Amino acid sequence: MEYEAVIGLEVHAQLLTDSKAFCSCTTRFGAEPNSNTCPICQGMPGTLPVLNRKALEYTVRMALACNCTINEISRFARKNYYYPDLPKNYQISQYELPVAEHGWVEIETAEGVRRIGLTRIHMEEDAGKLIHDEDRPVSYVDLNRTGVPLIEIVSEPEIRTPEEAAEYLRALRAILVYLDVCDGNMQEGSFRCDANVSVRPVGQKSLGVKTEVKNMNSFRNVQRALQYEIDRQTEALRNGEPIVQETRLFDPTTGTTASMRSKEQAHDYRYFPDPDLLPLRVDPELVERIGRDLPELPSEKKRRFVEQFGIPPYDAAVLTASRELAAYFERTLELFPKPKAVSNWIMTELMRQLKGEEAGLASCAVKPEQLADLLKLIDAGTISGKIAKAVFEEMCSTGGDPAEIINRKGLVQISDSEALTELVRKVLDDNRGEVEKYLAGKDKLFGFFVGQVMKASKGKANPQLVNDLLVQELRARSRF
Amino acid sequence: MKITDKEVDYVALLGRLHLEPEEKTKYRAQLDDILKYMDKLGEVPTDHVEPMAGTVELYTPMREDVVRPSLSIEEALSNAPARTGTSFRVPKVIE
Amino acid sequence: MLELYEKTAIELGELLRTRQVASVEVTRSMLARIEATEEKLHSFVTVTPELALEMAAEADRRISAGTAGPLTGIPIAIKDNMCVKGLRASCASRILANFVAPYDATVVRRIRDAGMVILGTTNMDEFAMGSSTETSYWGPTRNPWHLDMIPGGSSGGSAASVAAGQAVVSLGSDTGGSIRLPASFCSVTGIKPTYGSVSRYGLVAYASSLDQIGPIARDATDLALMLNLLCGHDPMDSTSVPMEHPDFTSFLGKPIKGMTLGLPREFYSHLDDPDVSRVMADARKVFEGLGVSFVELSLPHLDYGIAAYYIIAPSEASSNLARYDGVKYGHRAENFDGMIDMYCRTRAEGFGAEVKRRIMLGTYALSSGYYDAYYLKAAKIRTLITEDFKSAFQTCDAILCPVAPTPPFKIGEKIDDPIQMYLTDVFTIPVNMAGLPGMSIPGGFSSTGLPVGLQLIAPHFAESRLVQLASAFQAETDHHLKRPPL
Repeated sequence: MEYEAVIGLEVHAQLLTDSKAFCSCTTRFGAEPNSNTCPICQGMPGTLPVLNRKALEYTVRMALACNCTINEISRFARKNYYYPDLPKNYQISQYELPVAEHGWVEIETAEGVRRIGLTRIHMEEDAGKLIHDEDRPVSYVDLNRTGVPLIEIVSEPEIRTPEEAAEYLRALRAILVYLDVCDGNMQEGSFRCDANVSVRPVGQKSLGVKTEVKNMNSFRNVQRALQYEIDRQTEALRNGEPIVQETRLFDPTTGTTASMRSKEQAHDYRYFPDPDLLPLRVDPELVERIGRDLPELPSEKKRRFVEQFGIPPYDAAVLTASRELAAYFERTLELFPKPKAVSNWIMTELMRQLKGEEAGLASCAVKPEQLADLLKLIDAGTISGKIAKAVFEEMCSTGGDPAEIINRKGLVQISDSEALTELVRKVLDDNRGEVEKYLAGKDKLFGFFVGQVMKASKGKANPQLVNDLLVQELRARSRF
Repeated sequence: MKITDKEVDYVALLGRLHLEPEEKTKYRAQLDDILKYMDKLGEVPTDHVEPMAGTVELYTPMREDVVRPSLSIEEALSNAPARTGTSFRVPKVIE
Repeated sequence: MLELYEKTAIELGELLRTRQVASVEVTRSMLARIEATEEKLHSFVTVTPELALEMAAEADRRISAGTAGPLTGIPIAIKDNMCVKGLRASCASRILANFVAPYDATVVRRIRDAGMVILGTTNMDEFAMGSSTETSYWGPTRNPWHLDMIPGGSSGGSAASVAAGQAVVSLGSDTGGSIRLPASFCSVTGIKPTYGSVSRYGLVAYASSLDQIGPIARDATDLALMLNLLCGHDPMDSTSVPMEHPDFTSFLGKPIKGMTLGLPREFYSHLDDPDVSRVMADARKVFEGLGVSFVELSLPHLDYGIAAYYIIAPSEASSNLARYDGVKYGHRAENFDGMIDMYCRTRAEGFGAEVKRRIMLGTYALSSGYYDAYYLKAAKIRTLITEDFKSAFQTCDAILCPVAPTPPFKIGEKIDDPIQMYLTDVFTIPVNMAGLPGMSIPGGFSSTGLPVGLQLIAPHFAESRLVQLASAFQAETDHHLKRPPL
């Protein structure tokens, strides 16, 4: 029997507000433990929450970008459970009436663009951090993160493969980052994901028993964890074993998931409306204003890049991964309007310099203006593409101007055909044996001659010209 | 009885209360009496009644996103039953 | 000639402003009175003589500088469930027995700003859960009128201290009658303001949707002064209502002729205590004499108030009290096996029987499978009770009824019978459920000399009408002038 997986994802994204969701402590990351707490986020007796307006605005921004319906009236609820990183032992969250529902995001799949439905987006507060002692049976509680505003984005169980899950997460993260509402950092935990996974025979309508998988802190681990869990469940069903509804932790070192068998499993969250907060009203005017001010979203931008610039969808996807990168591309293009060349350079050379982190763009020494200048020099034949790569590296480390670097280092390309003809003849004279073999039909040796000429010119020869001259000279020698 | 021993155990665990056996018996009997008293609520038809979570008929106010000083670390930890460095210390939490 | 400690705030204010007496003298008089009577009464959890004298000296400086307000230099006692920075706020619980508040409650800040003098914190039922002040970890408070009797609860210490002249005024909190019941049982005047009138920031929560801070005083005049100080919007409390409150003292001495008082049938059909019935009949005659007319009315869901309250309040409490876990502050058990056991033992040691009972009840009512039958059902009954009051106030200006079905009872009499204890609050609970203002004023005494109070209930934010009615009543009666024989 064939089985298929049904995956739903719950994403928690920290909002980039300055202060916490319900108190005025800073949300700054990385401070000394418990230096960013107050009576309110510590859950001191008698304290009360007051909602951060910015947190609501960011939530609405994300909800609108994900095509959600905003509920004009929603409600905060308490989710009750004991954990030492949760000072009140309840989390202020939303339950029956979330702030937004019924949205969708688009993802690329092998079969084309697919819509993944969003059940809801709701607001809640983050918990603190526990650090476990390596040697002693104790843990340490740091409440700095406690109360940082989060949104939880819950997908419909419409994801079928681990690849789709990763695509969905990339799409969500890109939107969050585009909107400037979350930094999307998975390692630091500002973008986190839990998965609900079940497996059923293909064709079956009803859902199988699901497990909840936690502790996946990278896109790759999400894929690994889901694949493992799908295989495990499929195997169990094939063997006629039941699936137990439970929470399972992913172990990145073994690539497996294991059941959390602690007493904390007995979750009964006893949600009820938080009596310390009144119903939340989202003013329709606010929704309209935020909707008006939404930036172009990644999927729209991607579509436009393909249509407007004629670059491949893959390129467009890479270039639109962040708003800054897309802006970099467009700015460079304004100065040097050859889309594929610009795209290639950004995707290879620039990304290599940034080590794949779009975040490094702001501090990158090479601005679009300089990249465009460099590309113009290649285009004009002043330098070869290969030399350009070296120049680019130099630009990145010193922030210098390409023309200045080329001049200073004497890298100007040799495009003088007289000088090059001499070089070509010398190479052919020095390699008579190879020339004979070539003329006898071993065409492959052409590349060898090109290489020898480039070497002799210290890489400065204009490659196109070298090609032309070689063809010309070899043809001349065949007549003898 | 409206409440079983198992339910008393379950509720005590959810509420994180250790109960001695004689307390369990006492609470079960008392909770049972109280829950029986609650039965009278069943007399009231409420199908078309909206529940009420509070009495203030306004919407929740919002504050501006402005950072104010936190407690000093010493103030923050001044009531801590156990600490190490600037962290609260608890028994090992097993996940 | 009255001793200083016997005077009201308005009288003392006059003496202070005219420099006939200094706040330090008044404060010494109160502290001496506490010293003399505290062993019998046990109204206080913490007495703070040094802080009080320091604040009194500061008040005297303000008076000299001419920057004094009407309450500057007046000594006040604060219930042990409100945070005063630097003082213990134990909520009369072992679990917070060593908790020192690192911040001021909003009401405390207002008290400081007004230049009042804090005498200490008063005894109460543990976490305000009780009607007798017997569930305090620190032991019970006794009724100043009869030391074998309970003073009412949960703000028993606040009411007893004012009745006994240990404090001029005090702060209490009222979730189901916790200001009005002890005010009634101690023959002092107390008000639970409309929910949302007084900030709850810094009041340790019992049941957040029902809790409200209010003052206890000797008479309506002092109460009006205190309402002026306490009422007002607080941006730190999301449930605080942004509105202008009137000058409550402007309603003192105003005629009440032409007003209509409602007499809910269901309240009176519950009455079988002859003393309470007589006091109510007497009160009615006084009001009639003042030109008030009466209308009988019905609050059909009154009977369900207690059942609904004992679902809603414990549900909220089970969540509010979850934070007492031995991690950040308060008591932590010494012997335990792992994290969950630490929680369970800490809380078992830290909470008393009534608190545990309510935590279990509330946890049960919210738990999976029972939410609809209990919490949701009770939340709907709450709507019906609120609607009952709304229609009642179509036909009357305020409601007149007893505070409690009986005069004070003996210490220990109901402590092991939760339902009997809960029934004490039958007349006060519905007022919290609807968020209305309710006042308790001395109405007379039982045949054995025990205080019996009257309750007046007004529509939302009509505290001023209660002040007006109480002030008129007290101008005609002298129950509030009688002092306990201590």
